[in-house]
Amino acid sequence: MAKLLASTLKRLGDWPPFWPLGQNLAVLAILLTLALEKALPSSGLQPPVERPYFQYFLFLSLGVFLLWPLTGARSPEKKSKFRAKDKFYAMAFLLLGSLNVVAGKMDLLPAIFFPTPDRILAVLVEDFNYLILVCLYSSAKLLVTGFFSGALAGLITGVAIGFSKPAAYWLNPLIKILGPIPPTAWIPIVLVAFPTTWAGAAFLIALSVWFPTSVMTSSGILNVQNAYFEVSSALGAKKVYQIFLVGIPAAMPLIFTGLFSGACASFLTLMTAEMVGVKNGLGWYINWQREMLSYANVYAGLIVIAISFYSLITLFFLVRDRLLVWQKGMIKW
Amino acid sequence: MVSPSGEGRGGVIAINEVSKIFPHPDGTEVLALAKADLTVEAGEFVSLIGPSGCGKSTLLRLIAGLETPSSGTLTLDGRIINGPDAERGLVFQNPYLFPWLNVFNNVAFGLKARRVYKQQKHLVSQYLDLVGLGKFGRVYPHHLSGGMAQRASLARAIINQPRVLLLDEPLGALDAFTRMSMQDEILRVRAEEMITMVMVTHDVDEAIYLSDRVVVMTPSPGQVETIITVPFARPRARNTPDFLNLRSQILEILNFAGHLEEPAYQI
Repeated sequence: MAKLLASTLKRLGDWPPFWPLGQNLAVLAILLTLALEKALPSSGLQPPVERPYFQYFLFLSLGVFLLWPLTGARSPEKKSKFRAKDKFYAMAFLLLGSLNVVAGKMDLLPAIFFPTPDRILAVLVEDFNYLILVCLYSSAKLLVTGFFSGALAGLITGVAIGFSKPAAYWLNPLIKILGPIPPTAWIPIVLVAFPTTWAGAAFLIALSVWFPTSVMTSSGILNVQNAYFEVSSALGAKKVYQIFLVGIPAAMPLIFTGLFSGACASFLTLMTAEMVGVKNGLGWYINWQREMLSYANVYAGLIVIAISFYSLITLFFLVRDRLLVWQKGMIKW
Repeated sequence: MVSPSGEGRGGVIAINEVSKIFPHPDGTEVLALAKADLTVEAGEFVSLIGPSGCGKSTLLRLIAGLETPSSGTLTLDGRIINGPDAERGLVFQNPYLFPWLNVFNNVAFGLKARRVYKQQKHLVSQYLDLVGLGKFGRVYPHHLSGGMAQRASLARAIINQPRVLLLDEPLGALDAFTRMSMQDEILRVRAEEMITMVMVTHDVDEAIYLSDRVVVMTPSPGQVETIITVPFARPRARNTPDFLNLRSQILEILNFAGHLEEPAYQI
């Protein structure tokens, strides 16, 4: 019993309200934002929302920021990381709060282009099915198809150029001339050359991944010290074995650099392709909502885009860190 | 350890009138090795010593099959050497461990490349123990010291149970103390495995300490000058008068050949 009490007290000691002032700024910022939202009357220019979504959001955040540190109570490393970012979170909530006051309470910004957080959150909640299940799904399908076919093609041409002189002779000029053309510049041709705009868009995304991947793969392989191939051949490895178990692993760091540039380029191509030809997806959604001057929907779309691309890049780096655990001094995301 | 046939393991290398010509970037040709003749007996330890440009590394790479001779023949147990092969293990000055594989998988590389890993997996820990790295299997190469990395590289080469082990200045990058303990390590491995060993070095003491015979080579063109038999029984001491005499004898050969106009080297 005494033990339980002691551990509970110890846990409470990790709780933000009990931290010394300066380590619970995020909670203070949330409370301040919440107070301003409740206390100040809304201006009449912003269309009203059905429910007080911003308040829900702030209460939810409050809960998260009060409870979150408890999850790391047992690992001081996690806790200190959380505390180190406290000021950043506080600032983020203060900015959100000021935006709310400036746009929603004081009418200092044109209401049509600067919706209140309330209205953006309303779109995210009320339009959730359409935004996520239709648009995000459609974008994801296109991106995954394009990215993986482009990455595969890039790996194949890169490995071919890296290991075979004839392949380098025929493919290098092609890559040097076609590669630097921004994939979106092909849109006029792709729109007529492909049976569907979807297939054309997938091709463009693949193209934007293919170029950096194949350049980085081939230069990665060409930069492998010859001694590794000599050592492996003296250990009994034949050519094919060397390609897959010496050349490609050794080139992995550069291959990932290529895939990363490819991923960034593919996001750009995806958005452009959706805005120009494909009548679906997140890019199409924000463009469509812009035309209808529904800027709350545009911001909601941007938030979904930011969250999904952030998650993809994070996932990408997780995979890379797993595969390149052997590398010294890796760049962190 | 796992040497079923004991002394039968080591191969016989016969080098017959071997020359190697390299094209120079300016269009001329460089005679890197001129008519080398040498037979290394089964289980023998031979050092190739000489100043840079004497062709010692070229000769070793020819035995490894990494270079092809311009003329002459090299054979192992009567078969022509034609490209690198697992029966001729190779250790460079830089260990060249595969950085993406941990120590265990580096040592296992040869077994996997030869598709015998399933049957011979147990050898990996045996050979790790042999070079004193039994506890370091899961470690990645960039965490190893120079001496440890070189021992891992040694284990990786001998796990294939080659008939010949070729060492290209294997201890050149190590500090003096690590170097001496690694020399004993090599002798221990040799005693256990009974492999024929050919080592390139530019350290006369090391050559005498380790070898049955020392092949003294001289440059321009690279050639075999003399072959000296080391008459001392193992284990050897590094500071006996005989040892030092032999040392100055070898240095004299190198010196006479390299700088004829200078007085002979005296100790």
